[in-house]
Amino acid sequence: MAIVTDLEAPTDLLRDIWETPRGLLGTLSSVDHKTIGKRYLVTAFVFFLLGGLEAAAMRAQLAQSGEHLMSPEAYNQLFTMHGVTMIFLFASPVLSGFSNYLWPLLIGSRDMAYPRVNALSYWTFLMSGIFLYSSFLVGQAPDGGWFAYVPMTERAFSPGLNMDFYALGLIFLGISTTVGAVNFITTFFKLRAPGMSINRVPIMMWGTLTTSFSVVFAVPALTVACIMLFFDRRFGMHFFDAARGGHPMLWQHLFWMFGHPWVYIVVLPAIGLASEIIPTFCRRPLAGYTFVVLSTIATALLGFGVWVHHMFATGLPQLSADFFSASSMVISIASGVSIAAWIATIWQGRPKFKTPFLFMAGFIILFVIGGVSGVMTASVPFDWQLTDSYFVVAHLHYVLIGINVFPVFGALYYWLPKITGRMLSERLGRWVFWTMFVGFNLGFFPMHIAGILGMPRRIYTYQSGLGWDSVNLVTTLGAYVFAVGVLLFIVDFLRSLRHGEPAGCNPWDAATLEWSTSSPPPPYNFAVMPTVRSPYPLWEARLGEQGQSQLDRGALLGSGRETFGTSALDSDPEEVLRMPDDSLWPVLLSLSLLGFFYGMLTSAWWLAILGVAALIITLVGWLWPTDITSPSPPRRIARRGAEA
Amino acid sequence: MKRRGGIGRTCAESLALAALSASCAGAPSIFSSAGSAAHRIGVLGWILTSIAIAVTVIVAAVLLGALVRSRAGQGEEVQRARGGVRWIVIGGVIAPAVILVAAFLFSVLTQSALADSPLRTMPTVQVIGHRWWWEVRYPDAPGQPVVSANELHVVAGRRVRLELTSADVIHSFWVPRLAGKTDLIPGQHNTMWMEADRPGTFWGECAEYCGVQHAHMNLVVVAETPEQHDAWLAAQNAVANAPTDSVAKRGQIVFERAACASCHTVRGSKAQGRIGPDLTHLESRRTIAAGTFPNTRGNLAGWIANAQTLKPGSGMPTIALPAADSRALLAYLETLR
Repeated sequence: MAIVTDLEAPTDLLRDIWETPRGLLGTLSSVDHKTIGKRYLVTAFVFFLLGGLEAAAMRAQLAQSGEHLMSPEAYNQLFTMHGVTMIFLFASPVLSGFSNYLWPLLIGSRDMAYPRVNALSYWTFLMSGIFLYSSFLVGQAPDGGWFAYVPMTERAFSPGLNMDFYALGLIFLGISTTVGAVNFITTFFKLRAPGMSINRVPIMMWGTLTTSFSVVFAVPALTVACIMLFFDRRFGMHFFDAARGGHPMLWQHLFWMFGHPWVYIVVLPAIGLASEIIPTFCRRPLAGYTFVVLSTIATALLGFGVWVHHMFATGLPQLSADFFSASSMVISIASGVSIAAWIATIWQGRPKFKTPFLFMAGFIILFVIGGVSGVMTASVPFDWQLTDSYFVVAHLHYVLIGINVFPVFGALYYWLPKITGRMLSERLGRWVFWTMFVGFNLGFFPMHIAGILGMPRRIYTYQSGLGWDSVNLVTTLGAYVFAVGVLLFIVDFLRSLRHGEPAGCNPWDAATLEWSTSSPPPPYNFAVMPTVRSPYPLWEARLGEQGQSQLDRGALLGSGRETFGTSALDSDPEEVLRMPDDSLWPVLLSLSLLGFFYGMLTSAWWLAILGVAALIITLVGWLWPTDITSPSPPRRIARRGAEA
Repeated sequence: MKRRGGIGRTCAESLALAALSASCAGAPSIFSSAGSAAHRIGVLGWILTSIAIAVTVIVAAVLLGALVRSRAGQGEEVQRARGGVRWIVIGGVIAPAVILVAAFLFSVLTQSALADSPLRTMPTVQVIGHRWWWEVRYPDAPGQPVVSANELHVVAGRRVRLELTSADVIHSFWVPRLAGKTDLIPGQHNTMWMEADRPGTFWGECAEYCGVQHAHMNLVVVAETPEQHDAWLAAQNAVANAPTDSVAKRGQIVFERAACASCHTVRGSKAQGRIGPDLTHLESRRTIAAGTFPNTRGNLAGWIANAQTLKPGSGMPTIALPAADSRALLAYLETLR
């Protein structure tokens, strides 16, 4: 194995090996994690804007009592699709986008463990999103709420295609989420740079790793529930039909067994982004790395034991409700640990008030507000008053916008310079932050009050004289201010693409490996394979760490697409992995699935069968043994071989 | 009793922020409780709200302190962190644990106080959810069971047991000033109790999304003195008197020939429909269309002629009648006292 310095490395050769050819074919077949990551980010952001438009329309309708801007059917489709979009098509995929783009760069690898599965995950996400949104074209978007409670979503009460789009769309999307999660888990344990033992992993990766396990265990509950719903609707089964021996509560249990872990799935990786960004601007390593990792894992585990707190008003036995009340409160201790760690880091540090840091500081406060209102709803008797009121709408937006959207925007300001090679504007960035922060609180805080004043959720209009007019008007104004902040961000982003200052490798003087390569990174990520000896490789000299990472000298791995496979805990190099070339199979597989699901939707059985046939052919093609012309099949290497 | 409500209202006002409180006079706030169940929950809610505000303020103050303190220093060079474990153990584990145990205990104590009430000995009212109205039955009434809709009569100061179920999809019964919610689930009978501590009317609503007209599924709880309640029950128990004047008589014929009778019951007449609300004593009710409009002659006429415009998607069809028939029908409906 050639050991070279980064200056000696034949970068042209590496580029030839790793670069995806231009043109349509290259676009469809690329398995480069950076391309896939960018696609995830852009697609998720487009869905974010669509969900935002839906919200803007709803807030116009609710600005005053007795508005007639839209029909109740339209409103119900909008709030359902707003929820589905933000939860399924934005909050989770945008985090997959960051993880896909950044993970190999963070761990000193040249790609994810399963590059083609990675592409499959993206294409399936895109196509399930298109599938769900195509429902608008026939005017039958899902209208049963993102939680789709039966029996309202059964055929007897919802005869249109609306909830068929929902059930099939979420089964479809679940495939993307699941294969993506498996890819993250494998990448985490097998592809870290030599020497990046488990206690040296960049903190943000723990969030995605933990939630990937949650995905594997939580998504099946939703998939099963959706299959049952579809069978009830289409094939006359009675899983949820009380009159025929089924039970509507079965849906609620299955849905929330998935649904509550999912809340943590969309916040834990975002919390990880914060834990990564805060230390950079505080000029200190994160206080209590181990505590934060353990609290992340504890949150995900406990997240499977709280689902019934969505169901306190359903007449469950009191004792079982109390069990879930207690577990819901305990889980906030884990959040307390993270918050204490961030504040300790800031307290000891010397923060530079750059835009990404502003978003993180704002996020901490929103996290606290969303957390304490969560504890209020975790109390069984108080929840009898709060559940299904606007208080819960306020709470969930503090959680999802506060703990997902704010870290994501901070992360965009932080990593977009790495991705595009150009800085965003610091001046505009401050405007973006303050507009979003003020607008958000102005819009969503009054929702707590609306709930306390007795306003229920999911109503398309309300009467005057109930005292709800002012709070709703303020909410609408605040929501529009928030929207202006998002638009300002888009302006800043587009401006930066042309006029942004070049970012250089490490504009923030950050500590992790992705900042050691150029911005944007070359197709091969690193000219030589790095060896890591501390959690903060780019700071270790200044921190006086004992170990010395080697970033400018290492193995070349230049005979084909190759990267190191290392041991799970200590990250000792074990083998050189031959990575797959670009491939059309992932996009074809997703298209087959799309055909299958449209066939099921429209009862066009020929199309469904065609889809399955195409799926089988695609899988055979995908798995067909390839002729490895490169001289480097997967091979065992001696322990510590990379250091030799 | 009066003092309790007073406290509740003060809580609501201070919480609803000075700028907004002016508009809240008529709001069915969970903190302006008018009954013991809502009052107990209100006290718990106030304790939890205070804890929540205190925690937020303290964390915000410490965070601000950290930001301001750090800003004073100029050194930008990376340095080793010193510990931080004490922060995490005290601020992140011990403090939250103490607060949460206290919150949980308050919560469980309230819950057991609410549950202790001996449900079996209370008078029962059955509430059945329909898309999008409430069927209310009084099985304990002397004589025939009383059936009404969208209005729930109780005796002030007396606890009443509610038996809740649904005829179609899941609904949720919520009268914010009197008690927390309980869902109405098909195939399941949930119970709760409720009490109004003074005579008055209280706004109620469906809190579980139940389809296109979820927004217009409201009800009124009427708390009255025992004498008023008995008189009301007796009146509701009676069958409808056959109309005497000729216009109303013609109206009854219209009612029974047009679509009305196939969905609505008027006890004592041929109309025995079971799909819509029982109209035997329609005129005694305060609202029509499940709390959507005040029950006036004009609104009733508009409702019959334009139901699908006023409450699109509801079970009530738009009924086009010749003007004379329409007047007659209204005259008949007005006899249903």
